[in-house]
Formats: sequence, C-alpha cells, structure tokens
Amino acid sequence: MGSAGFMQIFGVWMAAFFTLAIFSFLYKDNVVYKLAEHVYIGLSAGYWLIYVMFFDVKPMLVDAWFQKEGFDRYILLLPAFLGLLMLTRMVPKISHYSRAAIAFTMGVAAGLGVTGAIHGMILPQVRATFLPLNSINNIIIIVGVLVTLSYFYFSREHKGALGVSAKTGIIFLMVAFGAAFGYTVMARISLLIGRSYFLYHDWLGII
Amino acid sequence: MTQDTQKTFLEKLNNIDRRIIFLVIFIVVSVPMLLKLTSPVQISPEVQKAYDYIESIPAGGAVMFSVDYDATSMPEIQPMILCLLSHCFQKDVKVLLTGMLAIGMPLGTQALESTAAEYGKKYGVDYVNMGYRPGAQAVIVAMGREIRDIFAVDYQGTPMDALPMMKDIHNYGDLAAVAVMAHGATPEYWIQFAQARYGAKLIVGTTAVGAPDYYNYLQAEQLVGLLGGMRGAAEYETLIDKPGLGLLAMSPQSWVHLAIIALIILGNVTYLLTKKKLGAS
Repeated sequence: MGSAGFMQIFGVWMAAFFTLAIFSFLYKDNVVYKLAEHVYIGLSAGYWLIYVMFFDVKPMLVDAWFQKEGFDRYILLLPAFLGLLMLTRMVPKISHYSRAAIAFTMGVAAGLGVTGAIHGMILPQVRATFLPLNSINNIIIIVGVLVTLSYFYFSREHKGALGVSAKTGIIFLMVAFGAAFGYTVMARISLLIGRSYFLYHDWLGII
Repeated sequence: MTQDTQKTFLEKLNNIDRRIIFLVIFIVVSVPMLLKLTSPVQISPEVQKAYDYIESIPAGGAVMFSVDYDATSMPEIQPMILCLLSHCFQKDVKVLLTGMLAIGMPLGTQALESTAAEYGKKYGVDYVNMGYRPGAQAVIVAMGREIRDIFAVDYQGTPMDALPMMKDIHNYGDLAAVAVMAHGATPEYWIQFAQARYGAKLIVGTTAVGAPDYYNYLQAEQLVGLLGGMRGAAEYETLIDKPGLGLLAMSPQSWVHLAIIALIILGNVTYLLTKKKLGAS
C-alpha cells in the first residue's frame, strides 16, 4: 500500500472516530466529545488562517506590490495599513486603533447593504406583488402580503377590521413558520443521513 | 391498580428519555439505507426550472459556481453541486468555480475536479478554479464590472489571461448563469448585487433550512431555479438520470418523517390524556 492509500484509509478512520465522538454527546457530555469539538474548532481556525494568508494576502498584497507600479502599487498601502490596525486588537493598550479598520468595513457593508436592500430586495419584491387577480395563487399572495403587513401595524389597537386582518395575518405567519420548521426537520435529518452514509459506505463498506 | 399502572405508563411516555428517541431515529435512518430501499421522487417546479435553464444553455456557454457552504452542510449541498456540475459538463458548458467561504473551497474543488475527470474535461479550457476572496458583498459587486479586478490569477496563481477559457469572460454579462451553493445568507448578496445590479441569472442551491427564504425571490423571477435540501438534489439527480446520495437519502428521509409525525402525535395524545386524568382526580 502506498502512502497515498494509507493516508486515505487513515483519513476515513479519523473522520469515523470524530463522527462517533460527536455522536457520543447524544448519550451524554463526555471528554471524547469535548476533544472532537476542540480539534474541530482549532483545525477550522488554522485552515482558515493558512488559506487566507496564501490565497488572499500573498497574491493580492505581497505579490501585487512587486507586480504593480505607480498608483495601483501605492494604493495597496491603504488595505495593508487597515489590516495592521485590525491586528492591534491583540494588544490591549493600543486595541482602540482597530476601531478605524472596523469602522471602514462597517461603512462599506452598510453602504452596500442599504443600496442592495432597496434595489435588490424591497423594490423587486413589492413589484412582484402587483399581480392580476386572475388566479387563486395571485389572490393568496396579495391577501397574504396585506394581512401580514397589517399585523405589524402597531399604531392602532388591533380591533374591528384591523383586528380581523391582523388575526388573518397571524394565520399566514403560522403557515410560513410551519413550512420553515418542516424544512428544518428535513435539514437536520439530512445531516444524520449524510454521516450515517459515510459510516456505512466509506468506513464500514457495507453499502 | 389498573389505573395506577396506566398512569405510570402515561407518565413514562410523557417523560421518555430523549436518548430513546435518538436511538429510534438512528434505527429508522439506518434500516432503509442498509436495505437500499428507494422512494419515488416527484419533480418540483423550482428544480425543473433550474434544470430547464441549464438545459437551454448552448455548448460553450459558461456557468459560475459559488461555493458558499462548508462541511456542516455537505450532506445536503455536495450532492447538488455534483449533479449541477455533471449537467453542465454533459452539455459542454464551461465552469468557473469561486467561493465566499474559505473553508468550503476544498469541497467545491473536490467536486469540480472529480466531475471534470469523469467527463474528461481539461483545466483552463473547460473549467477554471478561481479560488476564494474575502468580503463577499464587495467581491460580488466588483465581478459585475471585471472578474480580473478581483481574481487576477486563479487559485494556483496562473494569470486569468493565460487561461484560454477566460478569453471572452469578463463579467456576469459573459456568463449564462451563476449557481450559488450556499448554507447562509450569501444568496441574498448575490440577488442584491449580481442579479438586481447586473442582471445575472441565478440558480440557488441551499439547505432545507434556508430554502423557504428564497421562494419569494423565485416567485419574483429574481432566481431562475431553486434546489432546496437533499430533496432538491434527489430531484435533480432524477432529471439527469444520475442517482447519488440525494436519491439514496429519500427513503430514510421519508421513514424518519413518518416516525417524527408518529412521535408528535404520541406526545400530544399522552399529554392530553395525562391532563384529563389529572383534571378528573
């Protein structure tokens, strides 16, 4: 058996061990589960760090510095400086400098978020409710939107017509929550199926 | 005596050790899987739309895949990306791979390389792995202008212009579709910045937990297709006639759902009976 074959088998056994270690929590909390949990967190953080260093910082900052010229080169000092400011969080005495870098990222995210939400979500979604009342589905969509919105109107007591509308809105909300919960059950079971398949197929080889 | 025994039994049912329920669920998952039982799959309109859209792309067109998931949702999304990649390669559609989640990139890379090898596709000619860049929103916006602004090189450091496939691909306008494989909120970023701003055609493949959040976008025609959870994968596997984990999982999935429904009914009935008995005494 070559080293590649050995590593393949070793990897499968490691994965099986950690899968069973995580499953052991279902019986009760134990040291093997805690070991698996900590190894997972450590590995994820380590992997993320290496990946970002070699696939982002190196090509986009270090290599780019030597490849580019003029403005395109010197503008790289800005993200480098902000990145260094972010690292000051590790030194409590100067950690407040990191706020400048955080403010920059928050500003970019907020600016993009506001325009994105209006242009990409609110307007197209409102437009999608302007439907002809020529089918049951369209009527359900329009009624559902209106009565659900009325439930979130809190400037008047929910009595009379508003009360009826708000209560109907709750029914629509409950249907939505029920659908979401049903899908959630399916998702969780899918994860169990995925791990069970790994154990039976890749590890034990019985299916 | 009988009443006491009955009461004890009801109490026992009401306070059943949850580990017994875990064991029941594990058995109900395992038995159909070990017996390789199958369940028929009905194709839903949202998956059919995704299939029809990929089917309509002419040979030589390009689809970008965004790997926005990691190992925590691998059982649901890996079967999806595998069948979508297979469909693209069957149609001689070119594939670009990127991702907004660094830790998910190995899963996407593994899926791309294994499927490309299966169909005899060549790197740089039929498919390109661009890799990951941080800052999802900014990355998605920037690729709408020029992919090279963000990905000057691929994940191995090869300049994009050195890859033949990339010659005529500069932004979303040169792509037939973007397939967003995600377990979080990134499809919303793609909708806001790639679809709304640049008119990119989006297919979203997401976990069952996330799927209900995207039906409104499908209804608003902001998506051209939607695959939700393992069922979405199973339907797509059926459409391309390539059975995989999705289809294998449908029988355990159905049996577990029946078991859960039975447990919910049992729990409610025992609760009501106990309440009634307590009220009577």
